[in-house]
Amino acid sequence: MKRRVVITGQGTINALGHNVPDTIHAMQKGTCAIGPLEFEDVERLSIRIGAQIKKYDPTEHFTNAQLGLFDLYTQYAMLAAAEAVAQAGDCLTRTSGVIVGTAGGGLQTQETNYRKVFQAGKNRVHPFTVPRLMHSAAASHISMRYNLQGPAYTVSTACASSNHAIGQAFQMVRSGMADTMLAGGSEAMLCFGGIKAWEGLRVLSPDGCHPFSATRNGMVQGEGAAMFVLESREAALKRGAEILAEVAGFSMTSDASDILVPNQKGAEQAMRNCLKDAELSPNDIGYINAHGTGTQVNDRIEAKAINQVFGTKPPPVSSTKSMHGHAIGATGAIELLACIAALRSGILPPTIGDCINDPECPIDLICHKPRKAQIQATLSNAFAFGGMNAALALKHPL
Amino acid sequence: MSITLKVREIIAAQALVTLDDVGVETGLADLGLDSVALVEIIFAVEEAFDITVPLNATAQTHTFTYDSVAAIVAGVEHLLNEQAK
Repeated sequence: MKRRVVITGQGTINALGHNVPDTIHAMQKGTCAIGPLEFEDVERLSIRIGAQIKKYDPTEHFTNAQLGLFDLYTQYAMLAAAEAVAQAGDCLTRTSGVIVGTAGGGLQTQETNYRKVFQAGKNRVHPFTVPRLMHSAAASHISMRYNLQGPAYTVSTACASSNHAIGQAFQMVRSGMADTMLAGGSEAMLCFGGIKAWEGLRVLSPDGCHPFSATRNGMVQGEGAAMFVLESREAALKRGAEILAEVAGFSMTSDASDILVPNQKGAEQAMRNCLKDAELSPNDIGYINAHGTGTQVNDRIEAKAINQVFGTKPPPVSSTKSMHGHAIGATGAIELLACIAALRSGILPPTIGDCINDPECPIDLICHKPRKAQIQATLSNAFAFGGMNAALALKHPL
Repeated sequence: MSITLKVREIIAAQALVTLDDVGVETGLADLGLDSVALVEIIFAVEEAFDITVPLNATAQTHTFTYDSVAAIVAGVEHLLNEQAK
């Protein structure tokens, strides 16, 4: 059995907006959500910019008892899931499941409690430190909130986490293993320890995110979550649900070569396998949402890989990370919102930042302003540290 | 502040009720507090009095009882006396 799989609900909270409509509006306007970071000890960092969610008050959304158990990354995941489920309508059953991608999980809970015991010299931590910090907390809380008794777990593959999560949910619905799945990613790494570790790796830009530009000098971190409801096309049509997009194909490959440097062959193989899985030819793809981190090496290798796969007339490409930052384990999910919006509205979101032509990145980069194009299919890349690649292809719902 | 008043304050904050709703004989179950809330209360009591409550959430029997405000106060007094020795 191989069923067609569609997306009938989407939800998000990220630096561009606290919901999907605000996020898409900001993306299509080319809004930059990158600014000065605000958190304890930020003055001890050399990197002080990021795409941080502003005007967020957890007490507006959760009870005190919930907040005792929800790390910030769990809060983001719960909010994104709520928006997605509200849009999808009545489709979740007890056999439904949830897969959440995250790289850092409850990192802020770890930081807060390490501060207490190491810095403040306290001898006790909050009793819920473990259930708050565990990587699987968000998946567990979403499963409890919606009584999902099917497959529920967390995927952690660094910057590809949410593409892996959505891809596995897609495969489960396609194979008939689950009728409906919630899937996406969540990340809340914007804290002193989170940035300090990345700072040490020397891959963060001190001044801005300029994907594929000759002037690019590193990535800028973001945060947030995006979640989707995936179900069979047949079930969605039967219940008259609005279909946002069809998930056409998914692939995952591993470079098996280096813990940091991406491998062009691995990226090419991920895109080729995804097209094959989707039964699409390169010409069918009308937009690529690139991994496009803004580091020298990622963008050069990704651009060359796109050229190898798509030949002399590659489709338009943008990296929306220039607006919402690199949300690490959530980034693929947030970028899938851009793909769905491109299919539905015919507006391809831009790359902002410098956009100065780099001969090493010979791609059709959508710069500064959105581009209008009626497209039938999109590709979204995620190429993580450690050579873990995951690509998702979407098709117009018709 | 008396031990009783502090314990009542902690429980009232956890149950989201006013201090007047938490009497000395009030049972935790009467306030709708579950096992999750109990762990929060124990933690707050430990912080407030700088004691370590010997509660193993997985054990069947406890030396520290927590059915009511009075029971918790008695437990705190006992631990403070032990600590003073």
